[in-house]
Amino acid sequence: MAFSRARRNLIAELGAHAILLTFTVIALFPVLLVLINSLKTKKAIFRAPLAPPDAETFDLIGYATVLAQGNFPLYFWNSLFVTLGSLFLVLLLGAMAAFALSEYRFPFNRFVALYMALGIMVPIRLGTVGILNLMVATGLVNTHWALILVYTAQGLPLSIFILSEFMAVVSKDLKAAGRIDGLSEYAIFFRLVLPLVRPAMATVAVFTMIPIWNDLWFPLILAPAEETKTLTLGAQVFVGQFVSNWNAILAAMALAIVPVLILYLIFSRQLIRGITAGAVK
Amino acid sequence: MGSLKLTGIRKSFGAVDVLKGIDLDVADGEFVIFVGPSGCGKSTLLRIIAGLEDASDGRVEIDGRDVSAVPPAKRGIAMVFQTYALYPHLTVRDNMALGLKQAGAAKETIASQIEMASAMLSLEDYLQRRPAELSGGQRQRVAIGRAIVRDPELFLFDEPLSNLDAALRVNTRLEIARLHRQIRSTMVYVTHDQVEAMTLADRIVVLNGGIVEQVGSPMELYNKPANRFVAGFIGSPQMNFLDAERTGEPGCASVGVRPEHFSVSRDGGRWSGEAVHVEHLGADTILYLDSKEVGALTARLFGEHAFTAGDTLYVTPLEGQLYRFDADGRTLF
Repeated sequence: MAFSRARRNLIAELGAHAILLTFTVIALFPVLLVLINSLKTKKAIFRAPLAPPDAETFDLIGYATVLAQGNFPLYFWNSLFVTLGSLFLVLLLGAMAAFALSEYRFPFNRFVALYMALGIMVPIRLGTVGILNLMVATGLVNTHWALILVYTAQGLPLSIFILSEFMAVVSKDLKAAGRIDGLSEYAIFFRLVLPLVRPAMATVAVFTMIPIWNDLWFPLILAPAEETKTLTLGAQVFVGQFVSNWNAILAAMALAIVPVLILYLIFSRQLIRGITAGAVK
Repeated sequence: MGSLKLTGIRKSFGAVDVLKGIDLDVADGEFVIFVGPSGCGKSTLLRIIAGLEDASDGRVEIDGRDVSAVPPAKRGIAMVFQTYALYPHLTVRDNMALGLKQAGAAKETIASQIEMASAMLSLEDYLQRRPAELSGGQRQRVAIGRAIVRDPELFLFDEPLSNLDAALRVNTRLEIARLHRQIRSTMVYVTHDQVEAMTLADRIVVLNGGIVEQVGSPMELYNKPANRFVAGFIGSPQMNFLDAERTGEPGCASVGVRPEHFSVSRDGGRWSGEAVHVEHLGADTILYLDSKEVGALTARLFGEHAFTAGDTLYVTPLEGQLYRFDADGRTLF
């Protein structure tokens, strides 16, 4: 009896690992391909795209091109500033809206929550023309703020939706205890509730960050000027109508992975670390 | 110093009336317990007293002052919650200090208050720990300590023992009783457990469906229940309710006999019945009978008795221990 149960568990475990490993390989394969090819000569990229670089084909020309193109550090900074700025606003405003929607009873509460969630289903790119007109009228074209505002709007619906679900389960008693101890509503929000929904905040941060970092559409339309170009847009200089500089494109892509990877590591630490234990029950 | 007066408290959530006009006077130093089945509005009433919830109508006065529009922190109250509700990121000391700090108390006052409270609850060794490093009973003691430190006019307890296991529950119950004797503050306590209510309260308020069924001392409620609901709610096992037509009692709709108010015999008595199930608890023996005359009956005997399921037994209500209720459930004395 014990034997057969042990075997069943083993098979189930092996199966789970096989599925997860397969998925990991599929997910990492393109990244790996980018990395190995960014280190090869142009000929080697086309001759044997799957081969790792060897002594003969190893070449750093891609990275040299990217770094020589003077403006790439600026593009990096632009991408980072826009991403972090949007992320900050999405998390702050999203969490505040979620707190209000889940904590307070006010007229049309349900309706407002639904209205906010509607944004998840409507792609923001449908409004590109309107957004461009708005940005031109307000003189925000070719500024970081044009992108930050649009990305904030894009990220808010999902963040409000996810966070309000999490805030609703934060102990009602804890908030009541704070009120009796004389904490202001802001103190309750920042000091009691936010630390408890930190894992949810990290999840939202990751989901919000990736599409912003990777976006090409809005930088191209709203901020194509040299001083506001983001990394994805900057890398486009290597894409030509007839000839593309693949070494440089792959090197730029490989470099672009680094900052998001660091951000992701920071957030995933938050995902794991939970200080909720012992708060209630 | 810490009296409480409720006048015409009503509360509705949308179309649902949770509280339908509650009037209550609690004297200074009194221990009052709200008891009732779940959904009777007792917790809502406590939250209204605390100021965490607005009443739809009515007045709350603490110490003769109308506090209906006063925020919770300024009402001179402290509250202990079922889920403890300790601040997870703060140590035990900081948990207790927070309320006083927010109120702008002097450092020395805070320190001496914490010392007093932690000595009273033997928490001195835990002051530097975080809630996660404490057991359930310790956490609830910290929560009580946090309430004491504020030196409130009115203590509010929201089912403080419900999350503790049986042994700890008794201990903490004793602790709360001792605390009340020691500091003599007014306490309002909510529970669904009638044993807690009977053992702790000076006065019990029985709530049902948003109205007060009866207010009285534990023994008043036990001996003189105002109606069938109170008679059934107070006492365990529950009072037997029998159809008056079948018992032949004149002038009432139903009669009630508490399980402990039966004499049981094998030879003869007023009603006969077959024992369906017998519970031997050592101190008590509880008999579940099926009577031909009056239906299902529960009888509780003190001590050990050698009855088993299937026995035919006779039960007779003790003299003067029969409650009579009219058609509306009111007790007829």
